[in-house]
Amino acid sequence: MNRFRPIAAALIALLALSAFPAFAEKVSITYWQYFYQSKVDLMNQLIENFEKANPDIDVEQVTFPYESYQQKVAAAIPAGEGPDVVNLFYGWLPLWVKSGYIQALPQSDFSADYFKKGFYPFVAESVNFGGKNYSVPTAVRTLALIYNKRLFREAGLDPAKPPKTLEELAAYAKKLSKYDAKGNLVQAGLLMQPNGQGHVWIREVLFRQFGATPYSADGRKVTYADAKGAQAFKWYTDLVTKDKVGYPNFSTDDVTAFKAQVGAMNVDGSFRIATLNAVKDLEWGVAELPSYKGVKSNFASFWTHSIASGVEGKKLEASVKFLKYITSAEVQELWLQKVGELPATPSLSAKYKADPVISVFLNGLGPAHATSYVDEAGQRAILVDAVDEVNLKGGDPAAVLKAAAAKEQKLIDDFWK
Amino acid sequence: MKVRKAGVAAAYAILTLFSVTMLFPFFWMLMSSLKDATQIFQMRLLPAKPTLGNYAYIFLSRSSRFPQWFLNSAIMAVCTTLSVLFFDSLVGYTLSKFRFPGKKLIFLLIISTLMIPTEMLVIPWYAMARSLKWVNSYWGIMFPGMISAFGVFLMRQFMGTIPDDFVDAARVDGQGELRIFLRVILPLVTPALATLAIFNFIGNWNAFLWPLIAASKPRMFTLPVGLANFSGEAGSDWHLIMTGATVSMLPLVLVFLAFQKQIVRGIAMTGLKG
Amino acid sequence: MTLATKRAMTAYAFLALPLAFFLAVRFGPMLYMMGRSLTSWGLLRKTSSFVGLGNFREILADPVFLQSLSNTAKYAVFGAPAVIALSLGIALLLDLVPRGKGAYRLIYVLPYITPIVAVSWVWRWMFQSPPLGVVNAGLAALGLPAQEFLNSPRQALPSILAVNVWVELGYCTTVFLAGIQTIPSEVVEAARIDGASARQVLRKIVLPLLAPVTFFLAVMEGIQFLRIFTQVYNMSMQATGGPLNSTKSAALFIYQKAFVNFEMGLASAASLVLFAIIMAVTLVQIRVLDKKLNY
Repeated sequence: MNRFRPIAAALIALLALSAFPAFAEKVSITYWQYFYQSKVDLMNQLIENFEKANPDIDVEQVTFPYESYQQKVAAAIPAGEGPDVVNLFYGWLPLWVKSGYIQALPQSDFSADYFKKGFYPFVAESVNFGGKNYSVPTAVRTLALIYNKRLFREAGLDPAKPPKTLEELAAYAKKLSKYDAKGNLVQAGLLMQPNGQGHVWIREVLFRQFGATPYSADGRKVTYADAKGAQAFKWYTDLVTKDKVGYPNFSTDDVTAFKAQVGAMNVDGSFRIATLNAVKDLEWGVAELPSYKGVKSNFASFWTHSIASGVEGKKLEASVKFLKYITSAEVQELWLQKVGELPATPSLSAKYKADPVISVFLNGLGPAHATSYVDEAGQRAILVDAVDEVNLKGGDPAAVLKAAAAKEQKLIDDFWK
Repeated sequence: MKVRKAGVAAAYAILTLFSVTMLFPFFWMLMSSLKDATQIFQMRLLPAKPTLGNYAYIFLSRSSRFPQWFLNSAIMAVCTTLSVLFFDSLVGYTLSKFRFPGKKLIFLLIISTLMIPTEMLVIPWYAMARSLKWVNSYWGIMFPGMISAFGVFLMRQFMGTIPDDFVDAARVDGQGELRIFLRVILPLVTPALATLAIFNFIGNWNAFLWPLIAASKPRMFTLPVGLANFSGEAGSDWHLIMTGATVSMLPLVLVFLAFQKQIVRGIAMTGLKG
Repeated sequence: MTLATKRAMTAYAFLALPLAFFLAVRFGPMLYMMGRSLTSWGLLRKTSSFVGLGNFREILADPVFLQSLSNTAKYAVFGAPAVIALSLGIALLLDLVPRGKGAYRLIYVLPYITPIVAVSWVWRWMFQSPPLGVVNAGLAALGLPAQEFLNSPRQALPSILAVNVWVELGYCTTVFLAGIQTIPSEVVEAARIDGASARQVLRKIVLPLLAPVTFFLAVMEGIQFLRIFTQVYNMSMQATGGPLNSTKSAALFIYQKAFVNFEMGLASAASLVLFAIIMAVTLVQIRVLDKKLNY
């Protein structure tokens, strides 16, 4: 036995030597986001870069499926099992701030001035609660009309001239729809997927274009269920029930249908660029959302990063450092290239003014609105169900919309109670 | 006699028709898994250009988590099955071959847990796993299934068929009790153990509700949970979903073909259910 | 210590760990949940308080829960008899054929042993509307109109139910076949010699003798359909039990209340309601069928 003792001692010493510095100084933080392939891949690369520049910090990325993401976070943070830095949809901010899941960012690093200078005004407004800033994004997103150029040509339409108004959109959609001998829709002229981007298109674009105001200024009163709002809603559901140019869940969902080239047009976000570019033989174009009676509108939103409450000391320092890095100009540009979302810093967009795809989404920022959600998933479900009520149960659009507005009002009232 | 022959022919016809209904979904799944992202949307019974690209993607692509899920499922199904085999046969043996106060009560106690469906228990299990920090760990997913009341019932029945003399003879030899169980008893009940093992493996491989709750991080997913999360915000990749479905049932089909006799006997005997 | 006490000690030692397991993982949790169903337990709240039967009042007034109960009833009332009738027919046919019994049985059992998640997604793919769905392509080839299946509030529940019948068929067939094979052939032969027709043999001898098996299956399948979850979760759009809650089962409702909204107290109350229903149905089934068997 004695013979082995020196060797063992040497081994232990070696182990201790190699492990000790790391053990003593390394700070590890976790970053959570929902699972979206291009974002996860890019974040892995960013973490690698960051760790190389900061050898004393260890970042672990944890991802969850989109559908359960908010719930997982909500359950984990109060239990102290949560992340240090967390990615969230801006629409969840009020709830998260109110529930105390996230902490205000340190004034020294993220002052009001910092936001004023570096970010779009709607971003600065959305992350500010009671004078404190709670979150900082890398990128923002808007909606646009995406369309299949090959299907345009097949229908005798010019792929260089996408529809500019809602009237044109409806006319194009009818021309682009195909039916089999039995009258079944086999190619949708316009994909109608309320649980995709459809509900925000109705909420922030169609309502406004028809002259309704979706919410009161403070976001606490639902005001879309007036005559004008009902008109907008009916315009949408008529496309499904009367014109039959598309229906919810046609070919699984809008993205699948567009990728399968059985859907000619869709209202979708800039984050889809990478997904669509990856599809072989898909020739797609992008145009600004059609206007109506000269009114343009769009829906701007963003995913943003916050620091969970309870993070302090060295972890807080590391988290701030990481936050600074993933919202830096360098990363914002990488994000645009790899994910397709627009830089959150306006000045960075200047050089993309000529890009045929990105410029369209950038132009959308002008007339854009951002909904002040209290419960994004709940509010989404209400409009999705409303469309189903009309489409599947033959409900009267105006009555259905009224009921939906009442439901949403109750949700908002319960939140602020 | 003629009528009888016609009857048999009709029976064959109906049974074959039914077989087609039973098998067609599997056929369609397999064919869909051999189509690429474009062909999947063409309505053809057989792929025009069959490809194994989906399988390559699922197993070899860097961004695919399928191999991890496969591994998770395999590890957990094997571990739970081993635990069930050991404990269930031990309890079955004890309840069958020992005499002690409270025997009947203990048996009833164990059997009565069969009345509580999993759906009732996942809520307290989750609370338990959270407070003990078991969420997102193999143990957290496996713990509710480490011993099965059904297996206890089954093994006790089987142990009853072993003459007491065997046990007594071994005791006279002066062997230790655990040794008797492992060396003398277990070899005698191998057919029952095989049935229990197969069913437990299948049950665990297919389990969905509890793994769905206990694993929230994708790297801890089992195959069914991973499969259920395949379709996401970026649309449904049906060619990959069908490939995943095919792969997830492959081990079971192999087990099934290898042990069909035991499986059919097992079902017929008791209607074993997860 | 006597030999007997020593043996008893050994037995207790062998049973200690398993018993602790059953107490900690089955009984304990059940009692815990019963207690918690009387509180405002929620994972997003820092405190919870005693609310008496408030949770039960709240869920029983929730139209979505009531709809999920009525959906669950539909699954059980139509599903269990359907699978039993079909499998009995198949088992009788299988008994008739002299050759190939094993092969047919294997084919029928295949869906039963495959992961329900996989099976659900395969059917969901087959149920797609034209031009993607193979079932609709088949209907079109036969000159029949396309169906909406999972997209329609009227057809979605029957579609999911049919898939579950397809899954359970092999299991029931196998049990029935085993039951048929235990019928002594002398009894049947004797009846034949007495001049009984095939139909009479079936009605007067085979079916009555199969009554215990049928009873066992009725209970098993009844419970199975009352617990339906995985199929609904995987076949309805975004796992919601839609469209418009038309397919949502009680188990899915409980899952959503507990693990999407984290309203654990409400979910506990709901799951006790489902538990009570399952127990009641089982007891009634036992009573009614028992009477029928012993008339």
